Amino acid sequence: MRKTGPIALAFHTVVTVFMLAPLVIVCLVAFTPENTLAIPWGTYSLRWFQAVFEHSDLTQAFWNSLGVASVAATLAVLLAVPAGLAIARHEFPGRQALNGLLLSPLIVPHLVLGVALLRLFALLGARGSSLWLTLAHVVVITPYALRLVIAALSGLDRSAEQAALSLGASRLTVFRRITLPLMLPGITGGWMLAFINSFDEVTMSIFITSPQTVTLPVRMYMIATESIDPMMAAVSALMVGVTALVMVVLDRLYGLDKILVGQH
Amino acid sequence: MNARSRWAPYLLSLPSLALFGLMVLLPLALTALLSLQQYDVDVGVKGGFTFASYAHVLGDSYYYEIFFRTGWVAALTTLICVLVGAPEAYILSRMGSPWRSIFLLVILAPLLVSVVVRAFGWSLLLGPNGIVNQAFEWVGIGRLRLLYTPAAVVIALVHVMLPFMVIPVWTSLQKLDPMVESAALSLSASHWTVMRRIVLPQITPGVLSGSLIVFGLSASALAIPGLLGGRRLKMVATVIYDEYLHELNWPLGAAIAVALLAINLAVMLSYNAVLEGAYKKRMG
Repeated sequence: MRKTGPIALAFHTVVTVFMLAPLVIVCLVAFTPENTLAIPWGTYSLRWFQAVFEHSDLTQAFWNSLGVASVAATLAVLLAVPAGLAIARHEFPGRQALNGLLLSPLIVPHLVLGVALLRLFALLGARGSSLWLTLAHVVVITPYALRLVIAALSGLDRSAEQAALSLGASRLTVFRRITLPLMLPGITGGWMLAFINSFDEVTMSIFITSPQTVTLPVRMYMIATESIDPMMAAVSALMVGVTALVMVVLDRLYGLDKILVGQH
Repeated sequence: MNARSRWAPYLLSLPSLALFGLMVLLPLALTALLSLQQYDVDVGVKGGFTFASYAHVLGDSYYYEIFFRTGWVAALTTLICVLVGAPEAYILSRMGSPWRSIFLLVILAPLLVSVVVRAFGWSLLLGPNGIVNQAFEWVGIGRLRLLYTPAAVVIALVHVMLPFMVIPVWTSLQKLDPMVESAALSLSASHWTVMRRIVLPQITPGVLSGSLIVFGLSASALAIPGLLGGRRLKMVATVIYDEYLHELNWPLGAAIAVALLAINLAVMLSYNAVLEGAYKKRMG
């Protein structure tokens, strides 16, 4: 290891504090016993957490988000596995175009997708439908699942598959008994990354949710534009907590740096 | 090649292709079409074909101001992300384990926290009685109005975008053999020369792709300017939001959205072409 110089260390400390400050502050303020957004010194209270659980709009939005994110992440994986197999294992005309289209939600701003889907849903009469909202989420999170599936496939040793085929196993058996289990860490990581991205999505959802289907980040955005009280800090602290939990699981399962940075 | 394997990739990708055709290509085409339709305050969207929405945007200095503000906020955010993210990625890559992976997670983890939460955190920090203002008062600068200014928007955008700069720079640094640096140093190159001749060329592609992502995402960010810019500091994204959900002038909103998408794509393509061309030339 080479030594990190004092200037580099100071710079690094400032960056780290900068990255953590807004998350730490919401977690601190969430425990205030006061009615104002103050950092509690000495006395702590859980009253604002209780207020969150008694706020029916927020709990409803939480369940909506949970439902949308889990169904959307599952559908995204079900689409990403076959598409990933096609892209990683076959050479065919249109392969680049397919790859580009499936990754396009990373380039087309969510804002533009949101207004575009609002128009589509208005024409279809599908505004306020949770099915269509979920499908919209599938579109924006499939790229994350797809990238991990392709990464899992490209790092996969094919000799076991070839051995099984030469011993007379059917293609389906090979896929079910060999390829799929080997891809499983990639699939699980992809599901969780897709889930968290759907759970956090706000920019597109703001246009296509209705009062019945509103998701948690959208509800929080609406509350935050009108009034700010410590209850917002409590919801935020809960979201930070849930995210931290998912991160620990992801890290144990797959290595979080690999998921976020990509394969190397 | 037999018929089965020729058709296999198409069959495998058919479900995702159908969904993306229906939910990405079709809506974008509909929006482009919508931007060319007529709008009437009483009736709403009417049929017919007109450039009225585009003419309205081009003929009003209000929209120039908003596009200009969005452009410089996104550009400044990108610049700060380069100046902070690239050195930070380099420092991270030179750390020993376990600190390297721990701090990489600390820098990247906020990526997984909802942008609404992060915007709310910044509004607490930058508010009139927030920690930043308390620190300013303590040092003797006095309290400043930070919230609902472009400064607040840029600070929060940098916080959201920094991981998108660190990731590509980090990835390109992984391909740099540390022995090359050591070799240059042992051949009596100065640290500055090593930085300029070895590290900088290595991270340039990472910085470029990071800049594109950061600029694109900053220019179209909605929640950060919506929550930290307040009602009066309009950006392109918040204007589109207003046109669609408050003014209900969808053709005008669609025209601005199409313009945003077009500018975004144009910046990405030209920036990419110009700088990557220059980079290839220099690397010979």
